[in-house]
Amino acid sequence: MQWGSFYALIALGYTLVYGVLLLINFAHGDIFMVGAYIGFFIATLLLGHYTAALPFALSPTAIFVLSLILTMILTAGVGVAIERVAYRPLRRKGVSRLYVVITALMCGLILENGNLALLGASRRSFPELLPKAVYTVGGVVISNIKILVIVTTILVFLLLETIVRKTKIGMAMRAISYDRMAVPLMGIPVDTVIVFTFILGSSMAALAGVLFATAYPVLEPYMGALVGWKAFIAAVLGGIGEIRGAFLGGFLLGFIEIFVAAYFPSTLRDLIAFSILLMFLTVKPTGIFGVARATKI
Amino acid sequence: MRSLSILAYVLLGILLVAGAMGNWVNSYIQLVIMYIGINIILSSSLNLVNGYMGEFSVGHAGFMAVGAYITSVLNVWFFTDSTIFGPSLFPPVSAVVLFPVTLLIGGIGAALAGLLVAIPSFRTRGDYLAIITLAVNYIVKSSIENLQVIGGARGFMGMGGVVNAMKSAVPVPWVLIWVLIATGLTIWVLYRFVNSTYGKGIVAIRDDEIAAEIMSVDTRRMKMVAFMLSSGLAGIAGGLFAHVLGYINPGTFTIMKSTEVLVMVYLGGMGSLSGSVLSAVILTVGLELFRSFQVWKWVVVPLLLILLMLFRPEGLFGHRELTDVFPWLGRRFAKKERQV
Repeated sequence: MQWGSFYALIALGYTLVYGVLLLINFAHGDIFMVGAYIGFFIATLLLGHYTAALPFALSPTAIFVLSLILTMILTAGVGVAIERVAYRPLRRKGVSRLYVVITALMCGLILENGNLALLGASRRSFPELLPKAVYTVGGVVISNIKILVIVTTILVFLLLETIVRKTKIGMAMRAISYDRMAVPLMGIPVDTVIVFTFILGSSMAALAGVLFATAYPVLEPYMGALVGWKAFIAAVLGGIGEIRGAFLGGFLLGFIEIFVAAYFPSTLRDLIAFSILLMFLTVKPTGIFGVARATKI
Repeated sequence: MRSLSILAYVLLGILLVAGAMGNWVNSYIQLVIMYIGINIILSSSLNLVNGYMGEFSVGHAGFMAVGAYITSVLNVWFFTDSTIFGPSLFPPVSAVVLFPVTLLIGGIGAALAGLLVAIPSFRTRGDYLAIITLAVNYIVKSSIENLQVIGGARGFMGMGGVVNAMKSAVPVPWVLIWVLIATGLTIWVLYRFVNSTYGKGIVAIRDDEIAAEIMSVDTRRMKMVAFMLSSGLAGIAGGLFAHVLGYINPGTFTIMKSTEVLVMVYLGGMGSLSGSVLSAVILTVGLELFRSFQVWKWVVVPLLLILLMLFRPEGLFGHRELTDVFPWLGRRFAKKERQV
């Protein structure tokens, strides 16, 4: 359930960007990593691990909430910066989508290796901010962090669903995805909507990053890569560009992995997860909720 | 005219081999030349799918891994006394004759793995296909990791014995020779293929798949041929790579390696063989020069590519060959770029 939640959270970010821009934001997994790192630095700063200690002491829970919010804001800034520097000029030029995808891939690599080069390969451990509590409900052992992760994912899902379906900006997002050419003619500020999408997507990634770091308190520069790919697979599994699909796909992938890990040696986990994806895409190429796009003539 | 460039390439190859034998070219430069050759095979074969056919394949390293493992396992099994497979099946001297056969078998194996990508590609295109290729890359990597017989995650070695066996039979730098031959053949095959009437179907698929279908291009067949050719060549490159290094492990063939090849393809330009060759040379030499910077090179390379995308999105030679850029070259040499 917990893994599924992480996949779902990150997949939501993927799907959001894809839904609006039709762009696979390959840098998303690395934004997740950046989020975890920013969270780490903010949390340690607030805990007073550096010389600049706060004049007043905060309770660990307050620090957690505060660093969560700050991380989301900062990471959203990173996401928007990438959009501004790399994607927007390309979009303005009207080049093929493929080039934007490659740019995204490269942005991801820069984030990953830039982190490696700047901070070194040493792992960092995230400070334990939330007191661990374990409940047993009907024979199932579940920790408070797990509950937090799952509840957050569901809340985020509901929030995104409402934003996209009910609000004006959500309507604009759907409109851009439907026809990018006609939208500016209707007086919709395309760039603003796209930036908003990136803010949402990146802060989702940051949220996932901080939660992930809380659950598995080891940070390393490449942590985003595999989780990011898996989340991407989850998004595809559900039908990319569809929020419900990402949510479902994330949990589905989480379940599959847990089951595989339970019955087979754990080294086979990736193998089986990817094989399932391959078979699934061969049978139903557009995912669970995906709709085949109109073919061009 | 064309025979002239082939002749030039053969001459260059002979010169290099002679240089290697006479110790004029030291072993480090030889190594770099072999890397260049392998990278040329990889980037030009990926360009067939990504550039000429307009698909987006991101898992080239997976096919390379298949070829590398099949070739090395066969070679070690056949020609050397190893702890895993026991005594050699054939006399070690026969490696000289049979090495291209095993290399080809590796290529065929990789081509069959390419079917894994080709079949789903009939129904999906673009973004989804990227995932499929990615998934195939992961599947290959983690299958190899789980095969304990060939070393699993620890890797596989013993290819050095094969190379030594060949060397003891006829003392010439065999691996260098095979790399040169394979590189030349790859460029030749790809050049002939994309310029043939049959191969034009691939470009037709890129430009408009449905129109191509209507114009009686068998798109399924074309895609299968293109994917299998591309992955087969990658497999051969993998086999050579394994013998250059003498040791392989699944960790080599990750997305990182695939990305490296992607960078070469897009730096050189889509749908341009000369671009692929040129960028493979530039990138390989460049990375060797900046080896001391280690991690930073993987920050700089993507950054360069992003800048390239911003200012010249079609790459150095987008959809053009060297002869289109410099017409006098065409008159003089016809594809001079084939010289490595």
